[in-house]
Amino acid sequence: MRYLCLVCFDGAIVDTLPPGEWDKLVRDSAEYDRELQRRGHFIAAEALMSPDSATTVRMRNGKMSATDGPFAELKEQVAGFILIEAADLNEAMRIGANIPLARIGSVEVRPVM
Amino acid sequence: MNDARATIDAVYRAEAPRVLATLIRLLGGFERAEEALHDAWLAALDSWPAKGIPANPRAWLVSAGRFKAIDRIRREARFSAASDELERQIELAALHEDDDAPAIVDDQLRLIFTCCHPALAPDAQVALTLREICGLTTEEIAAAYLSKPVTIAQRIVRAKSKIRDARIPYAVPGPEELPDRIETVLQVIYLVFNEGYLASSGTSALRTDLCAEAIRLARLLDTLIEEPEVKGLLALMLLQDARRAARLRDGEIVPLEEQDRALWNSAQIAEGQALVRRVLAGRFSLYSVQAAIAASHLPQGSDWPRIVDFYDMLLQLDPSPIVELNRAVAVAMRDGPAVGLTLVDELAMPDYRLWHAARADLLRRMGRGEEARLAYAAALQMTTQEAERRFIARRIAELDSIPPKPQAFPRA
Repeated sequence: MRYLCLVCFDGAIVDTLPPGEWDKLVRDSAEYDRELQRRGHFIAAEALMSPDSATTVRMRNGKMSATDGPFAELKEQVAGFILIEAADLNEAMRIGANIPLARIGSVEVRPVM
Repeated sequence: MNDARATIDAVYRAEAPRVLATLIRLLGGFERAEEALHDAWLAALDSWPAKGIPANPRAWLVSAGRFKAIDRIRREARFSAASDELERQIELAALHEDDDAPAIVDDQLRLIFTCCHPALAPDAQVALTLREICGLTTEEIAAAYLSKPVTIAQRIVRAKSKIRDARIPYAVPGPEELPDRIETVLQVIYLVFNEGYLASSGTSALRTDLCAEAIRLARLLDTLIEEPEVKGLLALMLLQDARRAARLRDGEIVPLEEQDRALWNSAQIAEGQALVRRVLAGRFSLYSVQAAIAASHLPQGSDWPRIVDFYDMLLQLDPSPIVELNRAVAVAMRDGPAVGLTLVDELAMPDYRLWHAARADLLRRMGRGEEARLAYAAALQMTTQEAERRFIARRIAELDSIPPKPQAFPRA
């Protein structure tokens, strides 16, 4: 079964981390993707640019409206995702919890239809 | 209803939760298992009155449920190609099924971990456990939790959908996750017990059932998992439940120091104390220290110095104002109400009804009737539970029967 791990965190936290910590998180994240590949759980993963770069669009009565920024103003914003294959929710939760950014943010684990 | 039918109903009610747990494993989901259980029940109503109740009704119901499920799948086969595979799986699972008791006990355990899964909301965990493992009806759960049956039903339906959609497994978690997961299961079991023990509402029979079920589940966990906290919780519940007969007199609360300790269940106390001795030989943990406190109330009297020591330990494990308050009350029993009152006043928890109740009790014992009356009134205002309200009202009435001490100045 496939699960989407949505990785969220508060961008402001990055500035408060001890020196070198962020670089380490980035390295650990890349290594974790490779580990998931080796163990056969990895389907796809991407990191996203900052929420400031987002544009939210809607279509109403055939007319497009666009707003600057993400659709909800939350402290923690989606920063990336990993699409995984897991036997069940227990395995998916374990994989999600071990995503390095879960240490400073949160990971939403959602089954794919 | 005649006697024979009443016996059949009773056998079914006792066996249904265990049968359901096994059918969930064999059939791979709640929906099919519940359908199969219902079909098995209809088959039993057909067969048992004439042929008698089988020697092993649990195995009979599991077997009947499984065959009925296969029948259903065959009927649906015209519509779905996947059903061949499902049918094969059910047959395969049944091959390993020699009606052996351990497998069925394991099924219950698997189901506890499913119902108490951390991916489910805490109130859903409790409702699902009561419904699926303890076999309570939605109406009974609603009565116990002062909720509407429809609310409980929705909660259970949502939880089951999540189990199905997110694929929460029917499995005892691996050693890595077990300690965390056991903690959730123990919390749910203790909530079930407390609902039975402290009882915000519901009939007394229902409340006794809840306590008995909580103790049964803890015993079940204890036979399968070597974990001191399981023994600690089991001991705590056995010791508290042992005082059941003495806790109420004509429906009125009797405080610990006024209880007729001859009414305590001595066999249960002995079992609880033996468990406490075993767990205290290892590392100290939350439930085992609470059990040790409960074990220090002996039929011949309470060992207050020892109880204060255990509260000191509990404070290190769980530093909370409520534990502080309980410790202060124990100190009052050891060193006198004046010492206790100083500690209680320092805590200053004006929003907590038991803080007012504790102050009131200490002031009453010190003969400060007027202040006690005010504190009881504050506690009464915050209390919704009926038996507790009557208890406080009775205390106030007792104060009223003693003339207040003359006051130096007239009140403004």
